[in-house]
This record gives sequence, C-alpha cells and structure tokens, in this order.
Amino acid sequence: MTPLDDTDRALLREMVRDAGQSAAQLGAAVGLSQPAAWRRIRRLREAGVLAGRRVELDAQALGFGVTVFLGVKLATRGRISLEDFERAVTAIPEVQLVEHVLGLFDYRLRVVARDLADFERVLRRRIMTLPGVGDVEANVLLSEERRPGPI
Amino acid sequence: MLRDIDIPMLDDLDRRLLRQLQADPSLSQADLAERAGVSPLKAGRRIARLEQAGVLRPRRAVIDWAALGYEVAVSLRITLDKTAPRAFDEFLAAARDIPEVTEIQTFLGRVDLRLMVLARDMAHYQALYRDRILALPHIADIEALVTVSTLKDDRSLPL
Repeated sequence: MTPLDDTDRALLREMVRDAGQSAAQLGAAVGLSQPAAWRRIRRLREAGVLAGRRVELDAQALGFGVTVFLGVKLATRGRISLEDFERAVTAIPEVQLVEHVLGLFDYRLRVVARDLADFERVLRRRIMTLPGVGDVEANVLLSEERRPGPI
Repeated sequence: MLRDIDIPMLDDLDRRLLRQLQADPSLSQADLAERAGVSPLKAGRRIARLEQAGVLRPRRAVIDWAALGYEVAVSLRITLDKTAPRAFDEFLAAARDIPEVTEIQTFLGRVDLRLMVLARDMAHYQALYRDRILALPHIADIEALVTVSTLKDDRSLPL
C-alpha cells in the first residue's frame, strides 16, 4: 500500500480509541467527509493494517483482580515437542497471551485470575502440569498503559 | 475505585452476551442477540447497561504492525535503581515519549517494569535501543525477550 499520511494516522488512532464509531463520526474526528473516511478505512483494511477489533472489558469489575505475567522455560528441550506445549497452553482459558520468545525464557504468558489464591490454583493445576514445563518466573501486574504506537 | 454507577451483578444473560462478543467482536447487535438467544431489543438494553457501567468499554481496532513494516517486537524487562526517589515517575514519563513503545507495565516481582518496543528491523531496533532506551533514566538492569511468534492474544476473560 502507499505509505500512511497524517490523516491515515489520525484515523487509525481514532479507531484504536473507539472502533465502534461510524465512518461519519470518524470522518468528523479527522476532518473528512463520510465517503472519504470510508474509502480510507476500506484501503487500510484491504492492506491488512486493520486486523479486526478487540472487546475491552473491565477485568476488575468482572471479578478478575489479578493479572500475572509468566516467563516459562521448557525443561526438556528437544525431547518434548513444542507443539504439545503450545497446544496445551493456548487451551487454558485463564491464559490470555502466549508468545514464543528468544532470551531468558522460551515463552511469555499473561494469566488472569480472580485473586492470588485463584492464581495459585491455575499455576499449580494448569501451568506446572504442562508438558515439558521447566522454570517459571511470575511477575504480578500493578499497572498497565497502552500507547498508540508509531502511528 | 470510585465509580459513578454501581456495577450491576452480572447474570447468565450478561455473561452469554459478553462471551459471544469476546469470541467475535465484529458481531452486529442482531447477530449477537440471536447467538445469545434473546430479542435484539433486550440484548441492546443489556449491552447499553454494561457500557454505561463501564464493564464493556469501547471496542478497539487492532493494528497489524507487520503490515506497516514493523517486523520486530521486543519485550524489555527493566529493573530500576530505586535509591532515586522519583525513579518510577521519571522513567515512565520518559518512556511515554518514545513512539515505538506500545505497552508499559509495572510489576511486583523480580522485574519492575516492562516495555513493548516495535522496530522495523534489527538495525532499527539497535538504533532505538542505543539512542532512546539506554537514555531512559534510573535503569539498573535490562533483559530483552524477542518475540518469535504470538500464538494467542485475545485478552478474553474466562467468564
């Protein structure tokens, strides 16, 4: 696609803030007519820049008071297939994020739980029993902010 | 936490609606109602109530950074020098000024903070790391985890 111009960037920032807006609302926010906004949105979607939407829930209000990031090292590299670990870990409902990484750990996980006791249950029953799991480091999330990124 | 509106107790219907929305955030109100097995009017009222209470926030567009030429994602796990009295505040303020930083988290644990940094390629990453990241104040230690692949990232709650 052609490189993004400032209007594309403004449009993307607006949609990251609230993707539920109509083309007319988005256009008004960035100084475009409804058809012009719609054409740009379609172009961004076709170029794969807009990769869908995400529902944002207030985890705290819904009773999920604890988020923990885990660094996981596999114990028996080579003998256990990565696919077995990956299939099992992505199927755990409390696990929101699974990233295969290079560095001190093999995988990075984001785990949500009701409280610390609930997190301990998830850790013992679901994470520590995964095929091939070795060292696990846990860091409890205190605060989080998402930035717009380089747009 | 102070709120204007009390969070209503969620019933089975609320949970069904939120589960369906999490599974497919692009669902229209009519499809959502059908999947949850209620009338569109009732579904609409419930969704409006959840939005008003702040339980359901505005949906966000997801940007595919690779499509914009950002091929490299690195998690930087940072330990701060806590002897400096305003180490956290000063570090956070400076990190917010780096456009390539997409997430900032603070932790209770072995590391104090994590930054997610995007770069076009490794050469760009190296430049960012040297010129911007290492210039951030009060860093005692940094570890990098380079993302190879993301296998799951839906931020869904197990409702």
